[in-house]
Amino acid sequence: MGRSNGYIIGFAAAVCLVCSIFVSGLAVALKPQQEQNKVLDRQVKVLTVVGLLDEGSTASPAEIQKLFDENIKAKVVDLESGEYVDNIDAKTFDQKKLLSDPMMSTDITPNPAGVPRVPKQALVYHVTDAAGNLEVLVLPVEGKGLWSTLYGYLALESDLNTVRGITFYQHGETPGLGGEVDNPRWKSLWPGRKVFDADNQPVIEVVKGQAGPVAEAPHKIDGLSGATLTSRGVTHLVQLWMGDKGFGHYLDKLRAKGDRS
Amino acid sequence: MNKKQKEALLDPLFNNNPISLQVLGICSALAVTTKLETSVVMSMAVIGVTAFSNLSVSLIRNLIPPSIRIIVQLTIIASLVIVTDQILKAYLFDVSKQLSVFVGLIITNCIVMGRAEAFAMQNTPGDSFLDGVGNGVGYSLVLLFVGFFRELLGSGKVYGITVLSPVTEGGWYTPNGLLVLAPGAFFLIAVFIWINRAWKPDQIEAVE
Repeated sequence: MGRSNGYIIGFAAAVCLVCSIFVSGLAVALKPQQEQNKVLDRQVKVLTVVGLLDEGSTASPAEIQKLFDENIKAKVVDLESGEYVDNIDAKTFDQKKLLSDPMMSTDITPNPAGVPRVPKQALVYHVTDAAGNLEVLVLPVEGKGLWSTLYGYLALESDLNTVRGITFYQHGETPGLGGEVDNPRWKSLWPGRKVFDADNQPVIEVVKGQAGPVAEAPHKIDGLSGATLTSRGVTHLVQLWMGDKGFGHYLDKLRAKGDRS
Repeated sequence: MNKKQKEALLDPLFNNNPISLQVLGICSALAVTTKLETSVVMSMAVIGVTAFSNLSVSLIRNLIPPSIRIIVQLTIIASLVIVTDQILKAYLFDVSKQLSVFVGLIITNCIVMGRAEAFAMQNTPGDSFLDGVGNGVGYSLVLLFVGFFRELLGSGKVYGITVLSPVTEGGWYTPNGLLVLAPGAFFLIAVFIWINRAWKPDQIEAVE
């Protein structure tokens, strides 16, 4: 079949054009829905970690939005000074974007959590009581497990030491082994444990085997069996973000102020 | 439906199953079958992509210059896969998070391109569409079989509902870790092929 070169080039161009219009048109049309899913997913995780929403709840998007708006206050914090940054709207703040900006993030390699850079500003969530006092503080954490980077939230009680809960919203660990960081039974081992020692250094860790009840081992959590590296990763990432390279300065400020609002 | 259409639709289920007879598409059958839910969504995605790529390729089969036909087929398949991925992200966010890169990797699934090249290039759009659906369903059968047993024996659940209560949650069942990992899927696919060939002995290859 003798087709001219012109025909072949024209045909290829036409196929590419039709396909690209189709793909980009659909991608643009679906974008708002996808963004909404992502926001909603985060909100569900934050609500779950502070205990306002049950694990696996089937609340509608509107209910979740309402619950979130009524109870959770998002704030942007400067990690070096530990002060709030008031001129940035927490709703549009994109922490991940800062990581690609050398002026807005700090290179902290090497560190055991495998995090290349930390942003200079970070998003935190407050749950306050009727009088405006801090009840629960939710801090975003991330770090390397075995295969992937784990992204999650750690919630602290108002004493800024006791864990209220932990959750991961994105990871790619082996299902059934490291993937058990999602297991509600394992996550339920966290509440009540203490993050810091007497000198306010983060010492909480995931140990190999069983850690025992809260009273005996306040700084230890059972390891995930068959997932030593994921367990170690969780220890490192929590310690990193609770330490001076993470939210350490901010937590110091909060402690010093005594005012937990 | 004439005989040819029936064949196009039903043959790939057991007589000419893309995984168990042609042994194509094994990689994704290992990757996404740790749970039944992901297997189901992956199956639907593959059925959709094979059906519509066959349809589109067949529609323009007489216009495609033979020298660039493979690239044209790939462009169409890649577009459909991106579309599928976007739709999953918009409407089935949780599952698409678990499937992650494997939706994108449907592009590399030999079944899709194999059918476009072997069937859609020579047949009418209607027949090609049915052939795409048939092959997608044939692939899905194996995926669901593997997904069902891996989830049941590997984590004691069926579609996320606990059936065999595992020891880690205070039950009696010790989950079989092998089935959670990829080699478990190899064993299950082999079992599927064994059953399939025991039932249809003409598929057994002659011993050399």
